[in-house]
Amino acid sequence: MAQPILKIENLHKKFKDIEVLKGVDLSLETGDVVSIIGSSGSGKTTLLRCVNMLEEFHQGRILIDNEEIGYSGPQRKARKETEIARQRAMTGMVFQQFNLFPHMTALRNVTLGLTKVKKLPAAEANAIAEKWLARVGLSDRRDHYPGQLSGGQQQRVAIARAVAMNPKVMLFDEVTSALDPELVNEVLNVIKDLTNDGMTMLLVTHEMKFAFEVSDRVVFMNQGRIEEEGPPEDLFRSPKSQRLAEFLKSSKF
Amino acid sequence: MFEQGDFPYELWVSRWAILQGLGTTVLVSALAIVLGTILGTFVGLVLVYGRWVSRFLVRIYVDFVRGTPVFVLVLASFYLLSQIGIQLTAFQAGLLALVIFCSTHVGENLRGALLSLPRGQTEAAKAIGLTFPQIFAYVLAPQALRQALPAWVNTATEMVKASTLLSVIGVLELLLVTKQIISRNFMSLEFYFLAGLIYFLIDYAIERAGKAVERRVALPS
Repeated sequence: MAQPILKIENLHKKFKDIEVLKGVDLSLETGDVVSIIGSSGSGKTTLLRCVNMLEEFHQGRILIDNEEIGYSGPQRKARKETEIARQRAMTGMVFQQFNLFPHMTALRNVTLGLTKVKKLPAAEANAIAEKWLARVGLSDRRDHYPGQLSGGQQQRVAIARAVAMNPKVMLFDEVTSALDPELVNEVLNVIKDLTNDGMTMLLVTHEMKFAFEVSDRVVFMNQGRIEEEGPPEDLFRSPKSQRLAEFLKSSKF
Repeated sequence: MFEQGDFPYELWVSRWAILQGLGTTVLVSALAIVLGTILGTFVGLVLVYGRWVSRFLVRIYVDFVRGTPVFVLVLASFYLLSQIGIQLTAFQAGLLALVIFCSTHVGENLRGALLSLPRGQTEAAKAIGLTFPQIFAYVLAPQALRQALPAWVNTATEMVKASTLLSVIGVLELLLVTKQIISRNFMSLEFYFLAGLIYFLIDYAIERAGKAVERRVALPS
């Protein structure tokens, strides 16, 4: 079996006294597209944020390309700020609220990481950014500011910003939840298109149909644990756990 | 009309004194704004990012200064400091009081602007691998400064008005000069009105300049 590009081992996470992740194990190989589904409060977004070290975690390990992130050694010594910044760049994250930088043009939003983190010369960064903006269908919006773009366009720029950094794993956190219904598909189509590149993706989503179509595997989370995991056909057509069956019944699919 | 006792005549006679007073007012206000902004930037940064000890100390400084009338600050910096052996000229003492006053306003204002930025901005910047100094320089500061600009312009106009308080410790700024002229010719109505008009024009100019800058840096939407 190939080495996993992302490996999550026995992940525990607490907010104050409430344990939101109670030992999660998950591993992705290069090119895997895995969707996490589950009701709100099940810990799926928290799991994603741990992988990008936007949340600390209290037990367990996360390895990206065999490198332990955030902490090191059995003592779980926290890594230095600059180390963490470098490790964060190994994953790309797209947020529910887009979080584009409002004072920068679409192009500059994409080039910021390329010039400041990857230290690429401006011309090269611009070329990469233009390539990705074209890929998400926004070449003609490169000089627009986020305030001049629709929600769907903003989210597509945010996707370009993340993938332009050439991360080992792309993380999508409910990226269509803040969009008007008619804008959801343009974003989902962009993601679907990116899966053709063999990009490794971990998605948290409420779009069941989309999860069914794009995923190699689907993970159902419930109360901080992975309750069921498998190919989408199995999970959606013949759920084993009672909770998943109930969850699927209550969500539109 | 152009004889002693007429306003145009008296104005002509005192023109140099008025210009000098105006010069002092502009100089002390400008210095107070510049130095107060520099100090206030540190105050704001400590209030947001400082460790708790430094944050606590700066918080006391800010609350204490903001809870004290500027007038008292001016008097204290002139009379109290000399008591403990620090001899400042009236100009220096007055400037010090204004700088301290200005720094607390700028600091609070910057703190508010930084804290008002959505958390997602920092998170998105972290996610592409920027370090904290980079996040601050490229993502947070440009947005916070835009937010803080209107209040900063307001503080600048306040400083010009507060500079009048320096007249009580003998700084020959516009108001004290005006008083001296009036004590010579007793034309209090005319010359106080003139002083008021000049203060208004200075602050109006600051206000207009601020608006122009705001328009320039406004984000298109």
